[in-house]
This record gives sequence, C-alpha cells and structure tokens, in this order.
Amino acid sequence: MFSGFMASTWEVASIVAVVAGVIGFFVVLRGAAFAADAIPQGAFTGAAAASLIGVNTLIGLAVASLAGALGISWLGRRGRRDVATALILVAMLGLGALFLSFSSEYAPEIYALLFGEVLGVSATEIAPVAILGGLCVVVTLLLFRPLLLSSLMPELAEARGVRARRMELVFLIVLALATSMTLPVTGALLIFSLMIGPPAAARSVTSRPLPAMLLSVFIALIVVWLSIAAAYQTNWPVGFFVGTLGAVCYAAGRGWAALRRRRSVRASALPGPSGTGAPAASVRV
Amino acid sequence: MTHLLHLIVEPGFFSNAPVRSALLAGGIVAVVSGIVGSFAVLRGQSYAGHALADISVAGGSASFLAGVSPLWGFAGVGVLAAGVMDMIGVQRPSGRDLATGIVRGAGLGLGALFLYFDTTHTSTTGATITILFGSLFTISSSLIPVIAAFSLPALGIVLVLYRPLLLSSAAAELAAARGTSVRLVGAACLIAIALTVSLSALTIGAILSTALLIGPAATGLRLTSRPGLAMAWAALIGLAATWLGVLLAYDSFYWGSARHGWPVSFFVVTLILVFYLLSPRPVRRVPD
Repeated sequence: MFSGFMASTWEVASIVAVVAGVIGFFVVLRGAAFAADAIPQGAFTGAAAASLIGVNTLIGLAVASLAGALGISWLGRRGRRDVATALILVAMLGLGALFLSFSSEYAPEIYALLFGEVLGVSATEIAPVAILGGLCVVVTLLLFRPLLLSSLMPELAEARGVRARRMELVFLIVLALATSMTLPVTGALLIFSLMIGPPAAARSVTSRPLPAMLLSVFIALIVVWLSIAAAYQTNWPVGFFVGTLGAVCYAAGRGWAALRRRRSVRASALPGPSGTGAPAASVRV
Repeated sequence: MTHLLHLIVEPGFFSNAPVRSALLAGGIVAVVSGIVGSFAVLRGQSYAGHALADISVAGGSASFLAGVSPLWGFAGVGVLAAGVMDMIGVQRPSGRDLATGIVRGAGLGLGALFLYFDTTHTSTTGATITILFGSLFTISSSLIPVIAAFSLPALGIVLVLYRPLLLSSAAAELAAARGTSVRLVGAACLIAIALTVSLSALTIGAILSTALLIGPAATGLRLTSRPGLAMAWAALIGLAATWLGVLLAYDSFYWGSARHGWPVSFFVVTLILVFYLLSPRPVRRVPD
C-alpha cells in the first residue's frame, strides 16, 4: 500500500485534501454548494475532450472548469442563479456525452474519470497539482478577510468597497482551479463530497473561522487517507468511500451540534453558579 | 417534394420501430418534466432535482445487478432519497443546499460502487454509459406502458396539489396561515420531482435529466408570469426539444462518411439550452 507506485497517489491525495478543506470552508460558508457541485461535474467534459484530441487531461480539466465558472457567472446575471447553474452544468455534460461517443476510450477509463481511481496518479502529475493547489490556497488566504466578510455580511462588505459580484467570480475561478486538480483522484462526481462534508462538520464544532478552517483541512486529510487505504484494500471505487465518509462527517457534526445545544439549554435552565451567564456555546455566527 | 423532405428527415424515420418508441416515450417524459419541473423552478429546488437525478444512478446501477429494468431502480431510489432529504431538513432554506449535497454525495458514492459491481461481476460493461447518459433508442415498446404508469402519480401529485403548491411556493407563511401543511406539500412535491427525474433518467440519462426538468420550465416561466400557461409552454418546449433531438440524432447517422450516430441526449440538452437563451427577458423582475 505504501510501495513506490502508490507514493505519488498519497502525495497528490494529501495536497487535494488540504485544498478541498480550505476552499470547502468557503463553499459551506457562502452556501455555494450547487456551484461547487456543478463545476467539477461539468469539468468532466474537458477530460473527455482532452483524451479525444490527445492533450494532457489536466489542461482539459482546467479549461472546462474555468469555462463552467465563467458560464455560471455570466448566465447567473440573466435570471435565477440555480437555474443558470443547472443549465450550464447540463450543457457541459451534454457536450461530454458527445465527446465520449466519439472517443474510443474504454468504459473503465471513463468510469475512473467519473468515480476516481487510486492508481490514476503518476509521479509527473505531482508538480502541476502542487503548483495549482498552492495557488488556490494562497489566493484564498490572501482574500481571506474580504471573502469572509462578503460571505457573512454582503451589505457590510459592499459598504466597505468589497464588490460582491467580483468576489463571487474570483471564488468561482479558485473553485474551478481546485476542481481540475482534485478530479483525477476522487472523480468528477464526488470531489464535491470532500469539499462540503469536512467543512460542514468543522463548522458545527467551532464557529471561529480560522480554527474551523484548520479543522476542516484535518478532517479532509483523514477522509482522503482512509478512502484511499480502503479503496486500495477492497479495489472498490474511491468515490464510494469519499461520498460515504463525507456524509458520516456531516452526520457526526450535526449530532455534535445537537448534543451541545441540548447541554447548553440544560445548563442555562439550571439555577446556580454553573448556569449564570448566557450559554456562549449556543451563540453562533 | 420527397427529395426536399429527405433533406430534413432521412429515409425510414417514421417507419423505424425504435424511433417510434423513442418519440412516444420521450414525448411522455418531456411533458411530465415540463409540468413538474415548473414547480421545481418556482420553489427554487433546481439543486434538489439535480441531486435526485444523480442519486438515482445508484438505483439504475443496482437494477442492472438485479436484472430488472433500470426504471424501477431509478424511481425506487429517487423516492427513497426524496424522503431522506425531507427528513434531514431540505425544506429549510438555511443549510438546505448543504443537506441536499450530502445526501447526493452518499447516494452517488453508492452508485459508484454498484456500477463497479456491474462492470466487474456482470458482462454489462456499457452500464456506466447507459445509466449516466441514457439511450432513448434502446427503449423497447413494452416499456412505454410502464413509463406512462410512472408518469401518472407524478402528474397526479402536482395537479391535485396545484393550488396549495403554488401558494406555499410563493408565500409559505400565508399558506401555513390558511391551514396548508407546507411541510407535507413540500414532501409530496419532492416525491413528484423524484419520479419525474427517474423517468427522464431513462430517456436522456441520469446526469442529464436535470436538463429536461429545469430547462423547459425555466424558459416557460420567462415567457409568461401565469403559472398554468408557463407549464403548458414548458411541456411544449420539452416536447419540441426531445422530438427534434430524436430527429437530429437519427439524421446524424448520415452525416459524414463514418456512419456514426451522435447521442440523442446531446441534441436534446443543446436544444433546451438554445430555447432558454432565445427566450426574452421576463417582463416582471424575478426575485433571485
């Protein structure tokens, strides 16, 4: 499991988890779940096109996911946002279906693109993934405060000169870049579980932004490592484990929050020294 | 005259049995999708519709393992997932997308596993493509009554609950004050969406069925602000896109020399997008 040919998988998967944890935190905060879902799924088209014309998959993924981000942003101005996202997504998938019908790719390879493949990572991919991942994290951290402000209080952010629409576009582009590097590991259909499961769990444990983000990265790392180990042992698709563990994280987070809420209610109901102040734990942003 | 007709419609289009089944099945599904989809768009449940479509992959792939028609799997798992989504609070606007996404991830993960079993334990290597991208031309005529039977409950739910659904979509508080159980109506609507999506998963594929659900409905709602009329438009646009898609896919066998047909789903989805882009901006501003 830790032999030579698996080494690059572990390295790439770890980078992927860190990026997903950081970006995913903002996905959850901004409620951008649909966009975060649609961009990777649409990016699948890029991979299909790349294999058709014979260029590097990563380039195809990057171009398609950027096109998806810009398309959602452009069509979103015309009407309802969720409708725009859905239409851009299916338009790209329809194109993907066309490319697939042209290519002579075997079914297992298409399957790997959609649902992930443990052995789908070669050593030459580490450098581009590391560069792209680093770029995503750096941009997110540079924009940490304005992004946080525009996510939580759009009006206040606007008053301070943070342009909501521009912030949205930048965020979608970062999301697209993160997508294109994550896709080969978890597959087009399940990156998204990695992006929202761990941050959602982290947010129910702490409401302070930075610790929540660090915790989200930590949980994402564990999810990815467990998924790869399990996929290696069973030969089942990585996507299955990522999707299931993502849901487990979310359920655990919800359970933890519910437990704490009940305890704080009980503490505040009790008279005496322990129940004096307001239950700080139940106050959340 | 015949020659001119053959320029548009390649010979044998109307006498071909798979084409007739495709036109009939696709037509039924398009009409149901347009009507039910209008509620999905009005209620802002595009994402829920998309997630249900993705989740139904698990059902489709499981039914390949069991050796029954994928429709049963699509519909069974879709309705089940709609129940789970409703249970964990998809109705509440805050965190709604998050809960939807989590259910979708878990469901699709299961779908990945079943597809893996399909391709390794049975000889159906084409299952992945069939389930995800659909194949309207392979629908046998014996399946059409089943499709019609599945359409009835989906249409029935939205027609019986027409007024409470509209009211609770537009003004939930008002509906609740009038004694409508907003929660129950919402759950019923979600089930209707699940049934509809499972039907379109059969015709244009699980991950593309969002197109039939959302595209024509969104276009219809841009054309008029009257809900009933918008639904009629949506059904008509869906029908036009599906039938034109079938025609173009049939014709595409004769394009070039390769004798290689382009997928129906590609044409249907592209036509739906074109219709949406061509539709004029709504007169009344639609609140985001």
